[in-house]
Amino acid sequence: MKKNSLVTYLKRKRVLLIVIGIALISATLVLAFAYTAGLFGGRITTQTFLQDTPKTYPAGYRRAHGKGICFEGTFRASGQAVPYSIARVFAQQNVPVIGRFSLGSPDPYAPDNSTRTVSMAAMLTADDGEQWRMKLNNEPFFATRDAEGFLKQMEAYKPTSATGIPDPARVAAFLKEYPEAQKYVEWDATAPWTRSFAGAQYNVINSFILIDANGKKQAVRWSMVPHAPFTSWSVSQREEASHDFLFEDLKKRLEKGSLYWDLVLTLAEPGDPVNDPSQVWPENRRQIVAGTLEVSHVFDQTKGGCRDVNFDPTRVPKGITLSDDPVLAARAGIYSHSHSDRVREIGYGKATDAVGKPQKETSRNK
Amino acid sequence: MAKNKNIPSAPPTHFNVTARILHWLMASMILTMIFVGVGMMTSLTWRPWLLNLHIPLGTAILLLVIIRLINRLSFSVPKMPASVSGFQSKAAAGLHWLLYGMMVALPLTGWAQLSAGGFLIKIVPGVNLPPILPENPFLFALMHDAHKVMAWTFFLMIIGHLSAALLHAWVYRDGLFSSITWTRKTITRSENLLPGEQSNDKNNVGNERVM
Repeated sequence: MKKNSLVTYLKRKRVLLIVIGIALISATLVLAFAYTAGLFGGRITTQTFLQDTPKTYPAGYRRAHGKGICFEGTFRASGQAVPYSIARVFAQQNVPVIGRFSLGSPDPYAPDNSTRTVSMAAMLTADDGEQWRMKLNNEPFFATRDAEGFLKQMEAYKPTSATGIPDPARVAAFLKEYPEAQKYVEWDATAPWTRSFAGAQYNVINSFILIDANGKKQAVRWSMVPHAPFTSWSVSQREEASHDFLFEDLKKRLEKGSLYWDLVLTLAEPGDPVNDPSQVWPENRRQIVAGTLEVSHVFDQTKGGCRDVNFDPTRVPKGITLSDDPVLAARAGIYSHSHSDRVREIGYGKATDAVGKPQKETSRNK
Repeated sequence: MAKNKNIPSAPPTHFNVTARILHWLMASMILTMIFVGVGMMTSLTWRPWLLNLHIPLGTAILLLVIIRLINRLSFSVPKMPASVSGFQSKAAAGLHWLLYGMMVALPLTGWAQLSAGGFLIKIVPGVNLPPILPENPFLFALMHDAHKVMAWTFFLMIIGHLSAALLHAWVYRDGLFSSITWTRKTITRSENLLPGEQSNDKNNVGNERVM
């Protein structure tokens, strides 16, 4: 080989190496992007929580708690929370509220006696423009210490095709990994089911931080405590209940007048499990009635209003911030996907029943 | 930029200092932004934190790209090296304007998406940008999808841009890359200087595929 051509060859070879180097740099970035986007690697992402939504899920409905009704109301602050938080809602006389009562089942056509879980979602908009979004359940605590536990719980309690009931071995394995869930299982087996949205107490479950005028922080949880008495029903009453019993009951009660809930803040003390929604705080923690929510009327969610609102509990006003509760952080992304999925369906005109348009196929089991 | 004298007979060898600072500052911001954006759509743990970063960072990018566009349109830029064909040169210029377009469109669609979704556009707690669209599911859907599709496209464009820039820097070594840096590499440019003048490195020229 001539010397000249050898040099050319080596030069080319070096060029090739550089080009490979550049390709490697680009490929690394692309792979990092794809991994971050959850395209590979199999890590649990917030999208994982919505993967069980069936393809046949009716367009435009919330992926969880699909059956619900919008409400409008007013929050009247007592002023008692002002020393703990600079959030305007705690000082303002009348804060408009848009909210939603819903059933825990993902099925938007679920019968009202099919689940013990009922929820209240609310968005308070203060006169400084700040929004306080919350999503509260009648459950007193979350089953697991983290969000991954929720997925594992769903997985473990899935009825097996052979028996139609959950596989006891998988349930046992889940409870071994998440022993705190035993507490939830016991509560679920024993606590009475509510017979009315009006008499249920709705709990935030996650922990938040109040920030006062000096920047001092106070960990807090809250509940909407009803003025109406709690009512339950016997198993036979429940089984015989009409398909929309809870929603009809709510409408009937509101025809007679407003319904009220006290917003009760529970203040944590040092050492309380702020970052674990499966653990309740001791009973003797200081409680403050921050104000009263008046629910004045409800309207069908097909009319809009609460329908397109993402009641993402991490969207808190100035004066409230998030704790390091892992379930709280996880809810942000999960709610966001659920919200954009359904609002896209509505926006692009794919939703029928969810927006009150007549459905072509009569798949409703009402 | 004030130092940059736009003498027609001697096009600049480098992008002006403002352009170079903005290029590298925004490059790091945008790359961060893309990973913040895609990460907050998946992360179980960091979404609230990432969102709190995404909005102010996006706002900053929008403000900076306005300054950058004004700067870009106000001062002349280096010409392409002689080795770059006319077609390539035009294609590169077109891609650069597309990149600028993305820098403007992404913050705007993000802002519009939050507006149409009824969310606050929180810069810091208590400081929110005003909505630029009314609350509307169709507009939300459109802006949401536009933001996502453009973000992914933008990322791929940036990868292409980076690869091309590195190719010029390490393989062609035509000075195109150095026109956006502070190095004073000698290059051959399209309106070529006499061979003897090549030592005058202030006259080196290169456009480059980078902004």
